[in-house]
Amino acid sequence: MGILEVKGVNKRFGGLQALGDVNLSIKENTVHAIIGPNGAGKSTLLNCLVGKLIPDSGSVMFDGKSVLGRKPHEINQMGISRVFQTPEIFADLTVLENVMIPCFAKRDGAFRLHAFESVGQEGGILEQAEAILSDVNMLEKRNMHAGSLSRGDKRRLEMAMCLVQEPKLLLLDEPTAGMARADTNNTIDLLKEIKATRNITMAIIEHDMHVVFSLAERITVLAQGTPLVEETPENIKGHPKVREAYLGEAQV
Amino acid sequence: MFGLNAKDTRLLWIVIGLTMLAPFLLNPFPEGSELAQFNAGYPDLMQRFVIFGIFAIGFNILFGLTGYLSFGHAAFLGVGSYAAIWMMKLLTMNVIPAIIMSIVFAGLFSLIVGWISLRRSGIYFSILTLAFAQMSYALAYSVLTPITGGETGLQAKISDPRILDSNAGEFGRANLFGLHMNSSYELTIGRWEFTVNTGYYLAACVMLISFYMAIRIFRSPFGMMLRAIKSNQQRMNYTGLSTRPYTLAAFVISGMYAGLAGGLMVAMDTQVGPERMFWTASGEVVLMTILGGAGTLIGPVLGAGMIKYMENIISKINDSILHQWFSFLPDGLEDVIVAVVHPFIGKGWSLTLGLTFMAVVIFLPGGLVEGGQRLGRLFGRKSAESDKKTPPAE
Repeated sequence: MGILEVKGVNKRFGGLQALGDVNLSIKENTVHAIIGPNGAGKSTLLNCLVGKLIPDSGSVMFDGKSVLGRKPHEINQMGISRVFQTPEIFADLTVLENVMIPCFAKRDGAFRLHAFESVGQEGGILEQAEAILSDVNMLEKRNMHAGSLSRGDKRRLEMAMCLVQEPKLLLLDEPTAGMARADTNNTIDLLKEIKATRNITMAIIEHDMHVVFSLAERITVLAQGTPLVEETPENIKGHPKVREAYLGEAQV
Repeated sequence: MFGLNAKDTRLLWIVIGLTMLAPFLLNPFPEGSELAQFNAGYPDLMQRFVIFGIFAIGFNILFGLTGYLSFGHAAFLGVGSYAAIWMMKLLTMNVIPAIIMSIVFAGLFSLIVGWISLRRSGIYFSILTLAFAQMSYALAYSVLTPITGGETGLQAKISDPRILDSNAGEFGRANLFGLHMNSSYELTIGRWEFTVNTGYYLAACVMLISFYMAIRIFRSPFGMMLRAIKSNQQRMNYTGLSTRPYTLAAFVISGMYAGLAGGLMVAMDTQVGPERMFWTASGEVVLMTILGGAGTLIGPVLGAGMIKYMENIISKINDSILHQWFSFLPDGLEDVIVAVVHPFIGKGWSLTLGLTFMAVVIFLPGGLVEGGQRLGRLFGRKSAESDKKTPPAE
């Protein structure tokens, strides 16, 4: 029984069957990659997991509870954090404030009217935020405006914002899309370090095979809205079905 | 001090000093001199400075922090005014119940309006709030005449029940436990005349409390959440935070500030009319906030002061005053100059305001506060101690 269980999920946009009878099981403390050619339904599947889309049928169970019909912030409070393809951060706030906000969200829930407390006097929150910034080597940039960071730093900041919530499941939507080789390798190192130091389950959607084979312990190949195979990386490389659907056009 | 950091405490003390000394600071020119018409230290205008200051401070909590541009805040000001006048008609001429009920009713009304309007954001939110405000204006003007007095509005009358006031002889004078709002003390020092007015000092104290609370909100985790909403709602949602209650709370708080301003208006001058809710009044507070600097602490107060000053002082200047000023010039030139300046004064004050507003928005997007900061930096550099000089605002 995995931490995330997707059973028989269907999603249709007008005449297009985006997801057809998707079954997926992600086990605790693994890095699970979901790959597939463009239009395979990877992003649609991800959006169904975080509450942005509601499947037409099927069930999505996380940690024994259904996520269907819940709003994105409720699903986040259940323990799923998400990293976006282009980093979604609070560009007008400082780096430190960016990581303090998830700390408050974790401590106080979806809403609290803490209008007469002072941010500067929130001791526990401040320490938590500074600890995570030092984990991702951004402590010296704490007072910078997040919008003025380099793209690689924005990615790290977003990762820190997700990690500080100590999610049970971290979803990564093409975390290295559009990155230079050096940045990609930095991100891989960062993710490996996260994997090594924390009890965390990760699901990665990725095009870059280098990233996938460096990190993943299980790989699901999606084609035309349906999972073809789920295997270990070693077995995926030579799999005839996968070659046919996907890897035939890519260099592995 | 007061739970504020050193910089905010200093700003608060500066504002306290300025408001307490306003009757003197705003009357720098001796009575009877040519420049005396630029004196703004008379009670009626000073009361307007602080009351519209409160209105703008509250508006800024919504617009400056969350970025939600409400075009209907005058409705809450109006509701506050009507609640206050009814307290004066039914209970007592003491201003305390009037001010409290103005906040309560404006808060309840803004809860309803916010609940509905905040389903949308951006231009749709603005239009919804505008629609609500215009609806309120139309209702107050016509259908709700029994409650609002329709076109003529409401005044405190001698025939009102006023169950808490036993002394009927004291009719019609708003007071604070016997201190009359319109009582003034005239102080003459040489050729200078100063008016110290009870109503102004009450309104000024309320404004200082409002300003202090606004600083606390700006520096609180709640204030940080509001700025985060302005910055990225998507990230808010995927960080486990529900944005609706935050924006609604900000909307209601700013509605209560507007109601408080409306209540104080009644406390100063015991009458209300529906025009107080007209959309131009809502637009005015938007102008004040942007002119002063949206999202800054002191900006809205500066903007309110500047607009009210122009409205009351520039509109008083007429052609004969201009002729006096330029009388040292040769006759022909004098007439030309007067003709050139003429459109900008008197009834043309809004032209001057409009041009000022355009200049500020184009050259100082951060409002007057940004102007102050630039000046501060300029002088800081020149006096070679740039580290010690900090910009005056925020």
